[in-house]
Amino acid sequence: MEIGISHYLTVSAILFTLGVFGIFLNRKNVIVILMSVELILLAVNINMVAFSAFLNDITGQVFALFILTVAAAEAAIGLAILVVFYRNRGSIAVEDVNMMKG
Amino acid sequence: MGLQALFFYLFAFVAVASAFMVISARNPVYSVLFLILTFFNAAGLFLLTGAEFLAMILLVVYVGAVAVLFLFVVMMLDIDFAELRSGALEYAPVGALIGLILAAELIIVVAGSTFSPEIAKTISMPIPALADRTNTAALGDVLYTHYIYYFQIAGLVLLVAMIGAIVLTLRHRDNIKRQDISKQVARTPATAVEVVKVKSGQGL
Repeated sequence: MEIGISHYLTVSAILFTLGVFGIFLNRKNVIVILMSVELILLAVNINMVAFSAFLNDITGQVFALFILTVAAAEAAIGLAILVVFYRNRGSIAVEDVNMMKG
Repeated sequence: MGLQALFFYLFAFVAVASAFMVISARNPVYSVLFLILTFFNAAGLFLLTGAEFLAMILLVVYVGAVAVLFLFVVMMLDIDFAELRSGALEYAPVGALIGLILAAELIIVVAGSTFSPEIAKTISMPIPALADRTNTAALGDVLYTHYIYYFQIAGLVLLVAMIGAIVLTLRHRDNIKRQDISKQVARTPATAVEVVKVKSGQGL
C-alpha cells in the first residue's frame, strides 16, 4: 500500500490527541503540560510538512520552520516562568497558581 | 510493502508509542527522554517526506535545545512528582472520551479525503526537483526572498524570548562575591594598598 498524505495526517491526528489527553492526565504538573503542548505543536508541524510534500509546495515547510521558532520561544519563556514561580511558591502544582486572585 | 512504507510505519509507531509514554510516564525525566524519542521519529517522518532541512532542524532545536532545557528544569526544581500525580486518573475517563472523539473525527476527516485536481493551480512555491536544488537551498530561496519579513519577525520573537527568559530568571542575591569591573578599574594604589612600617622584632 502506497503511503499517502492521509497516513501522515492520521499520525499527526493521533499525536495531537495524545497531547490534548496529556493535559487532562497531568493537570497538576505544569512541566508535563508544557511537554504536551510541544507534542501538539509537533503534530501541527507534521501536518504542515505532509501537505507541503504532497502538494509539492514549499510554503508549508517555511511555515513549519516558523512554528518551530515559536515553539522554541514558548518553551523557553514557559520554563522561565515556571522557574520563577517555583522560587516564589516552592511548588509547581497548577492549583497553587492563584497569586493574582483578588 | 516497500521500504518507504516499512520505515513510515516504524517511525509512526515509535513516535505514537513514545508520545503516549511522554504523557503517562511516572517520572518527568522519563517523559523528557520519551519526548526526545518522539522528536527523533518525527524527524524520520520528515525525512521520508523529503523535508530534510526541517528534520535536521527538529533534531538540533528540539533535542539539542528544548529537550535539554526541559531536562534541566525538571532536574533543577526539587519537586515531589508523586504528589503531583495524585488524582491523575480523576479526569482521565473524560479526557480519554474527548480524546477518542477528537481522534476519531480527525481521522474520519483526513482518511477519506483526496485532493481536488484544481488544487494544482493554487500552489504558490513549487518544490524544485531534488536533482536541481537541494531541499535546504530551495527552502532558503523562498525564505530569504518572499518570506524575509516573516523571517526577521521570527528572529525578533527569538530575541524577545531570550531576553525575557534572562530577565525573568536573573536575580541579584546579596552576600555573593561577584565581579564589578568599574570598581576594579577605579582602584588606585591609594585606596588599595596600605603601607605599614614594622618595627623589627615586634611585628604588627
